[in-house]
Amino acid sequence: MTGAPENQIRNTLENQHLQTAIYTATGRLMSHRRAVVSPEVLPDFQELRTQANLIKKHTIENLDYYLEQFASNVAARGGKVIWARDGAAVVDFLAKLAKEKNVRLIVKAKSMTSEEIELNDRLGRHGLEPVETDLGEYIVQLAHERPYHIVAPALHKTRYEVADLFTERLGVERETEIERQTKIARSVLREKFLSAGIGISGANFLVADSGAIVLVTNEGNARMATTLPRIHVAIAGIEKVIPRAQDLAVFLKLLGRSATGQPLTVYTSFLSGPRRENEIDGPDEFYVVLLDNGRTRLLADRYKRESLYCIRCGACLNHCPVYRKVGGHNYPWVYSGPIGKIITPQYLGVTHDPWLPFASSLCGACEEVCPVKIRIPRLLLKLRSEVVKAKMRDPQSRLERLGFRVWAWVMCRPKLYEMLGAMGSAVFGNGEAWLRRAPGLMNYGPVKAWFSQRDLAPMPARSFRQMWRARRKAAQD
Amino acid sequence: MQKKDDLLSRIRAALGRSVGQPPAPLPPPRLRIPEMSVEARIERFFKNLENLAGKTLLASSLEEARCYVAQLIGEQPAVASNAPLLRECGITDLPTVRSGFACESDLRAACASAAFGITSADYALADTGTLVLFSSPEEARMVSLLPPVHVAVVPRGRILTGLDELLTEVPLPADRSSSMLFITGPSRTADIEQILVRGVHGPGEIHVIVV
Amino acid sequence: MPRVSVFVTCIVDQMFPKVGMAMVEVLERIGYDVDFPEEQTCCGQPAFNTGYREEARKVARHFLKVFRDAEYIVVPSGSCTSMIAHQYRELFAKEPEWLEATNAIEPRIWEFSKFLLEVAKVEDVGARLERVVTFHDSCHGLRGLGIKEGPRRLLSRVRGLTLREMDAAEECCGFGGTFSVKFPEISGGMARTKIDSILRTGAELVVGIDVSCLLQIRGALSRAGSTIGTMHLAEVLAHR
Ligand code: SF4
Repeated sequence: MTGAPENQIRNTLENQHLQTAIYTATGRLMSHRRAVVSPEVLPDFQELRTQANLIKKHTIENLDYYLEQFASNVAARGGKVIWARDGAAVVDFLAKLAKEKNVRLIVKAKSMTSEEIELNDRLGRHGLEPVETDLGEYIVQLAHERPYHIVAPALHKTRYEVADLFTERLGVERETEIERQTKIARSVLREKFLSAGIGISGANFLVADSGAIVLVTNEGNARMATTLPRIHVAIAGIEKVIPRAQDLAVFLKLLGRSATGQPLTVYTSFLSGPRRENEIDGPDEFYVVLLDNGRTRLLADRYKRESLYCIRCGACLNHCPVYRKVGGHNYPWVYSGPIGKIITPQYLGVTHDPWLPFASSLCGACEEVCPVKIRIPRLLLKLRSEVVKAKMRDPQSRLERLGFRVWAWVMCRPKLYEMLGAMGSAVFGNGEAWLRRAPGLMNYGPVKAWFSQRDLAPMPARSFRQMWRARRKAAQD
Repeated sequence: MQKKDDLLSRIRAALGRSVGQPPAPLPPPRLRIPEMSVEARIERFFKNLENLAGKTLLASSLEEARCYVAQLIGEQPAVASNAPLLRECGITDLPTVRSGFACESDLRAACASAAFGITSADYALADTGTLVLFSSPEEARMVSLLPPVHVAVVPRGRILTGLDELLTEVPLPADRSSSMLFITGPSRTADIEQILVRGVHGPGEIHVIVV
Repeated sequence: MPRVSVFVTCIVDQMFPKVGMAMVEVLERIGYDVDFPEEQTCCGQPAFNTGYREEARKVARHFLKVFRDAEYIVVPSGSCTSMIAHQYRELFAKEPEWLEATNAIEPRIWEFSKFLLEVAKVEDVGARLERVVTFHDSCHGLRGLGIKEGPRRLLSRVRGLTLREMDAAEECCGFGGTFSVKFPEISGGMARTKIDSILRTGAELVVGIDVSCLLQIRGALSRAGSTIGTMHLAEVLAHR
């Protein structure tokens, strides 16, 4: 479709290596998930989803209330909340903080929110050195790429590519064994953890009644980044808030299972404020940056606001047959897959990448697995209609619109519809090659597109209604 | 303040809410606690932890716990947290175990070079094979984080059925500590080719002794 | 004799009339008096799915008018059934009169296999087909209408028929209406993944409840040089 990065998509589709990598990785995540959500092992899975959806809906619809509650509880525990309109405000705050505290090296735990505002590049421009510490994120940072997947950022990289990357960027000897590669990263990053002045994390949840942030990781990097540096800054979208610590009983059960098929992720940290007076370690300063960056605009749209329920588990990506073909880098923004498809147009505007909501077969696998029950296909359909409205004047869309107008007009006139159908088969005849007989038709966009991939069934000599009438007549005679 | 009010007023405008407007009634929390005997909890907890490659021991005495730890660490350096239980077991008296740290920098130096980190745990969760640790003067965060092997000693009465029971017992974890931590098995990654590797940043090995 | 109206869908009418005839035959065989309201055309889905809601509404209104008085409407498609049963509400959210018409029609609209099992309550329609088949779960039937075991139950009663499940039965075939021509390469790639899974079963025939999926699957099979055929469930059940 016009506007889509067709060549880039074709490259992905033709890259056999990459195709296998994406398909097996997502396939594995799918089967891991399936094993832990089946009714035999988790009979109340659907009830948990329903509860998660209810809680998210409630929180989003009363968001100001819960954010205020959250902020006052953070303050009560000695932490500080920063309210940021956009990425620039976040960068401003961090640059000032770093300068004031004389910090250059920053360790970062995985955070899609910081990817969204391109935090690393922007901090780099302020002379700071932010280092990603999740292994996958570290790899994509070294490669100067965007994460390929919300929870598996380096899903597209083979061990050989990682080996080259480490040799080139870290000056280590070429190592292709994954276990040893992990050791290399561990030791390089260990140094960074021990000397960094600021640790930045995202937040999987903000807990209003506690003034706490919740972080889940498997590697332990978020624990390192929030334990060793003197200052901890968590950056989170305003939609991440949940009302009560007790709601974690629902969300944590869903998050790990949906993301990687783990009943609970290895480490879950529930952090409220800096270290307390009598505690031995932990940061002295604790900041939470609450980021808007367009979220209030989404919030204003009643119909689509449920996109803000997302807990970034990545299940919709793994189950999406389109993601499994095109991978993560052919989407226009950091958020890929079905969730990317519904939020990108809302953040960047529907005309920014008008093709995006159309790049779906509407199979519904995403909605089926979404732990918070976001009705992704419904939102895609809505976005399609918004694109159509917004592009009303564009010549190609005008043609398409005209086509659908005529089509609708015909469909409301059964006689005409029948006549046109009969004319079609009279002109083109029937059988395999009816389209080929029509001069120029094979070069008509949609027809050409169809035949570029597959054949068409032979056209019947008579329509159903003709057969029906003939049968009726025979019965009467 | 300005920025806070700006953001909140944008939210209120988007939602059509006014300042100070109370929220609609919040759906009650969903907490389900199954009946389970202590024995069943221990069994469940061990099974789940073992599935994650954790090592387990049900010790019939504190002495047995000490012996296990002594044998495990051998001559290698270890750091023990200030949990009284570890002292009671005699673990802090083992020759290569250092304990009693009250200052962050000393603790950091010790943990950075120790081969083992020994802690207790406030609770364990049977359902998932999870340890629950609150940060406190007795339990620092680093001990279970920096050394490559983590050993935890947990009283058997502290094994809860799962998350739901924990959050019923401790509805407001932040009242207790600045950090509540769940540890479910050894540190791991599958970021390169989905191959599982243990011990990335956190400990690659975990031993839990229930006493 | 109980009476049913069939909505054969525009694609069956124009491209797969035999599927419609097969459905009629099965319904008559189990004792229904079948009516085909000749004013029927399309449910409006192509326009709706492409973002043209006003155009979709026009066609949907036409549908509602044509079938206003039907007692049961049986449809050989999960996708079109789901369009009418679920999406019309969305289309007419702001038109109370049509919303009411939608609500009135919704309980009377039945996908073919669901009708057999839940209304007619028959599993065995006396069919015979000596073939090894595999079954493709159409997305809208599966996820929109919860159709999973039903068609398999019906197939299990067909004499001579062996069902061999494919590993990717629930994976989309990649058709997706205009998606198939707006993103032909992605759609084609999805179809090839699907047919790989079909080929692994060793089946001679792919059975489904939606001709649009079968159009895609058959086209991709034929392009790959395979002789495996496709058949709508109604055709299988009509066969003796
Ligand atoms: S939309 Fe749902 S499935 Fe997709 S990442 Fe968000 S929470 Fe997970």
